[in-house]
Amino acid sequence: MPLDQKIKELQERRQKILLGGGEKAIQKQKALGKGTARERIMILLDEGSFSEYDMFVEHEARDFDMDKKSLPSDGVIIGTGTIEGAPIAIFAQDFTVAGGSLGLMHSRKITKIMDHALKMRIPLIGINDSGGARIQEGVNSLAGYGEIFFRNTLSSGVIPQISVILGPCAGGAVYSPALTDFVFVVQNISKMFITGPEVIKTVLGEEISMEDLGGAKVHSEITGNAHFYAETEDECFAKIKELVSYIPWNNQRKAKPMEPAEPIRECDIDKIVPDDPTLPYDVKDVIRSVTDKSEFFEIQRHWAKNIVIGFGRINGATVGFVANQPLEMAGVLDVDSSDKAARFIRYCDAFNIPIITFVDLPGYLPGVDQEHAGVIRHGAKVLYAYSEATVPKITVIIRKAYGGGYIAMGSRHLRADFVFAWPGAEIAVMGPEGAANIIFKKEIMASDDPDATRKAKVEEYKTKFANPYVAAAKGYVDAVIEPGETRRLLIHAIEVSDNKSVSLPFKKHGIPPF
Amino acid sequence: MEKKKDIKLEILNINHSKYTTRLSPKYKNREPYKSPDRSKLLSFIPGTVVEIMVKEGDKVKKGDEVLVLEAMKMKNRIKSPVSGLVKYIDINVNDKVPKGKLLIEFNPQQ
Repeated sequence: MPLDQKIKELQERRQKILLGGGEKAIQKQKALGKGTARERIMILLDEGSFSEYDMFVEHEARDFDMDKKSLPSDGVIIGTGTIEGAPIAIFAQDFTVAGGSLGLMHSRKITKIMDHALKMRIPLIGINDSGGARIQEGVNSLAGYGEIFFRNTLSSGVIPQISVILGPCAGGAVYSPALTDFVFVVQNISKMFITGPEVIKTVLGEEISMEDLGGAKVHSEITGNAHFYAETEDECFAKIKELVSYIPWNNQRKAKPMEPAEPIRECDIDKIVPDDPTLPYDVKDVIRSVTDKSEFFEIQRHWAKNIVIGFGRINGATVGFVANQPLEMAGVLDVDSSDKAARFIRYCDAFNIPIITFVDLPGYLPGVDQEHAGVIRHGAKVLYAYSEATVPKITVIIRKAYGGGYIAMGSRHLRADFVFAWPGAEIAVMGPEGAANIIFKKEIMASDDPDATRKAKVEEYKTKFANPYVAAAKGYVDAVIEPGETRRLLIHAIEVSDNKSVSLPFKKHGIPPF
Repeated sequence: MEKKKDIKLEILNINHSKYTTRLSPKYKNREPYKSPDRSKLLSFIPGTVVEIMVKEGDKVKKGDEVLVLEAMKMKNRIKSPVSGLVKYIDINVNDKVPKGKLLIEFNPQQ
């Protein structure tokens, strides 16, 4: 057979496979607002950059008449390409082929691209759209999941791993996304749960829809399993591209710097924060007043809103922000916000991203529910993450920094490299009202006018202790700065710490409280 | 998902300081703490009552088996939390019960 005929044959073979599960299945997929696996890859990657592997792989199942069935590419597309020039390894499950179910060869394709990504030290993106284990393949499909989880764990902290849930992701399958760094979900399309509504109904008699059990909103607002929420697939892909621009290819690199740019003067940094420490403001305004172009790429925006995390750029360099949010629950640390902050700090540390912490919190949230939900264990994660992190750590105390909250939020004592405080900072064991009630209890009780005495004592405490100078006198704060100087000093701090080198005592790994 | 305008500010009291802020649904919907009432036997898991071994007025000792609650294909033999009299049985055999439902109330006696 001459070569041109062989080429033609190849083209025909490809053409057939590109149809995936066939026209009907594709139409069904589209009717749900979903793209096909290859379409999704094409939208996400730079035009013409995708190189597909293992297109001709077929399943090997023999039981239950499976040998009579052909499953093109075995229901998953793998390959490499680029996003804004950055190399990316990717897999996308093809729901049009046997519901994207995971069998032995399907899982082998995924683990092949995972191994490739780890070996090449490039980010991995997984698009999940699968009905779950291919039951006809029995234990082989369970083995497949296990092999994937194992590789997710090995790659964790070495290469960025991003999961995109664009369809069902149920049962054991959910644990691959859960082991990765970032999970993207899309309204009405993403569904994640361990046991579905049917099982819950038969076993427990509880009725719930898929959306209410494990839809995009649930995982963005309630469980914290998802990091990014989008209304459409296109919006989701745009967010993934943005995320990729902020992070490095692997843990031995730094994120690619961008052209430095000044913040856009939307609000005057001097006027954002009210003097009264009990009044709220949006800490994201503070973040945006120091970042390049006033851009802030927020992570887990809808969950545990009392802490704000995300990426921004300072003079072109990617930084991670951790900030108490006085607008939500007064910015307290609690079970969920501790969890959220701690994991992000560890992410930044693993991928050489400096951490900037903005502090303004009244402490930990009191309550039986918090204590019984393990606020001790969860709160400890924040201490652990900050202490362990060796990337540049820059802390700005905006206003309140009380008690355990002060220590936890990137304090000098956990080896922050730079601690700045604004002139309105109150660094103390607790708020003036609480402190005065304890310290001056006798005076207040003995007074003819306890209320007046209490007020006077609160004022006395405020003047003496509710300021940044007690901590500055001990060197716990390096400098008391004007709000307007913040960006300049952040730029300086990041430049100075560019070659930061500290080493931790040798260990196989620590035992963080999780 | 949220608009900046519909911010409803409320008060959160922490260590005698009253903070003006937005309260999370999780915080607002939290269950107020109730200390456990050992005279009331509640279902610890949703399931089906398959057998009731006592009648109202029966005398029981702490640890006596009083009913069988089947859940997740497991027949759980439920024991009396107290010694005393069976005051009230709030279920019938074959009832499907949710978690936390009252099953039997006792009149504890020494």
